[in-house]
Amino acid sequence: MTRYVLTRLLLILPTLVTVAVLIFVIMRVVPGDIVALRLVLGGSYITPGVLEAERARLGLDKPMWAQFVDYLAGLVRLDLGTSMWSGAPVAREIAIRLPLTLQLAVMATLVAVAVAIPLGTLAAVYRGRWIDHAVQVFSVAGLAVPSFWLGILLILFLLTVFHYLPPLTYTPPWVDLRANLAQLVWPALAVGYRYSAVAARMTRSALLDVLREDYVRTAWAKGLERRVILRRHALRNALLPVVTVIGLEFAFLIGGLVVTEQVFNLNGVGKLIVDAISQRDYTLIQGLMLLVASAYILVNFLTDLLYAWLDPRITFG
Amino acid sequence: MAGETVLERVVAVGGVAPRRPAHPVARFLRRYPLGAAGGAVILAMLLMGVAAPWVAPYNPVANDFANMFQPPGAAHWFGTDAFGRDVLSRIIYGARTAMIVGFGASVLGATVGAVVGVTSAYFGGWTDLAVQRLVDIMISFPIIILALAIVAIIGVGTDKLILAIALSFIPRAERVVRASALSVRETVYVEAARAIGAGHLRIIFRHMAPNVVAPYLVMLTSFLGQAILLEASLSFLGLGVSEPTPAWGLMLRGAAVDFATRAPWMAVFPGLAISVAVLAFNVFGDALRDALDPRLRT
Repeated sequence: MTRYVLTRLLLILPTLVTVAVLIFVIMRVVPGDIVALRLVLGGSYITPGVLEAERARLGLDKPMWAQFVDYLAGLVRLDLGTSMWSGAPVAREIAIRLPLTLQLAVMATLVAVAVAIPLGTLAAVYRGRWIDHAVQVFSVAGLAVPSFWLGILLILFLLTVFHYLPPLTYTPPWVDLRANLAQLVWPALAVGYRYSAVAARMTRSALLDVLREDYVRTAWAKGLERRVILRRHALRNALLPVVTVIGLEFAFLIGGLVVTEQVFNLNGVGKLIVDAISQRDYTLIQGLMLLVASAYILVNFLTDLLYAWLDPRITFG
Repeated sequence: MAGETVLERVVAVGGVAPRRPAHPVARFLRRYPLGAAGGAVILAMLLMGVAAPWVAPYNPVANDFANMFQPPGAAHWFGTDAFGRDVLSRIIYGARTAMIVGFGASVLGATVGAVVGVTSAYFGGWTDLAVQRLVDIMISFPIIILALAIVAIIGVGTDKLILAIALSFIPRAERVVRASALSVRETVYVEAARAIGAGHLRIIFRHMAPNVVAPYLVMLTSFLGQAILLEASLSFLGLGVSEPTPAWGLMLRGAAVDFATRAPWMAVFPGLAISVAVLAFNVFGDALRDALDPRLRT
């Protein structure tokens, strides 16, 4: 077990290096130049000399391979470089925004799990009855409604019915939990709805498969209570694919909250990605893409470990 | 009664008319009424997009500053926006944008992905390994991030948006089609084709590609809804279709808090259009998947 965990952890490194190399290559073939973009936006008169000096300061005048070596050397020292736009270290730009996005992702996951597992179970147990159809409608609609529009509707609803506007400035949870939740609960609901639709579907179909198994029939024959059969025999086994779906969606939320953050005016990782992309901030984009890829790889790894815990038949070798 | 076969007589005696096999389309409509309804909505939206100039009551880009923020009424069924433009007309023209981007990106992405997937499965070995590692990495990014990054590289505009969404679909289509192509590669007829000296291209396109059409179509239809959602999201961020082109996501831009109290209809109707379109594509795609290949359940 320990050996398996260690090998898996070691394998993460080459994958991340490949991601880093790919992102570097792709970002450098991008047309559009941050120096010109930033100085022109500044609105002042620019001589070619100024542009050259700025490029030299950012290291953009060096040949591509030299920039690449600099970049890799930085990565080895766990240094993601400095943002070409703000001049602040990339790691700090990300660190400022990561707590908010992480908190939102965790809250959305909680909403999804709390809604999806009971609904999916109900739908599977009462297959073909009205409650099953209701759950199906719920999840089909959840996949179709854009979460950013749901967010807009939530704000609209709160404003028109309760004359209440959620706070628009972020308060860290350790400063004032109430103010923090008052702001984040709405985007968590908007994102969580879509997320729970995916998970409820998965729960239903996984549970239906398990309920057809012989050992479930045996459990019924033994005269066990329905609650025990569902909880101990069926649900526990059906949860494996559900865990995968939830894990993947969670990983995607780290970078994928782009639009929702915009709607709720949240200064998170998603907004940083949009800003970095529209400002051609190469170093910042590289750092962010590495973050998104690491989140995915890490969650995949944790899901595999969780598998072993849920299903003792899985051993690592 | 001469010239009857035994079977016909049995059927006649039993009082059952011999049943002609139903046309596949008719069977689909009967077995999947929900999917058929989705197909009808898609058809209606396509028609709406094509016939937009005749259906739309107003010019979708004409400003009318005398009629800004008009609530829904007889003159403007869905109201007007901040420039006095008719919301209904913009939604009708927006169907055109959504359908062009949706079909364009899905067909392009699924097709390129399928070709790469079949080729990768056919050659196997190092080619396959290299392609799969690349696909692994691309799949580890959420589609919207992938599309955003590509937009950063190639720029903003309707044609570029199609390309960006298509490119981000490729690894997902590749993955699914390759899985089917791997088993096709081991079939006897592919071996036979190789034995009579058919070239790589001929084997890939004549013998393998036709046998992965089912997963291809399933991927294609599942992309359509996603493409429309992505188009709306990117346009909403200002990184997709640009003003004044009517697009549903673009109509929602800035509509949240700014217009919520003044003109809620500006936020409600375009979102409803997106949801209905995506819903229609999803139920149609699900039914098509069940009909073509039940194993591909996702």
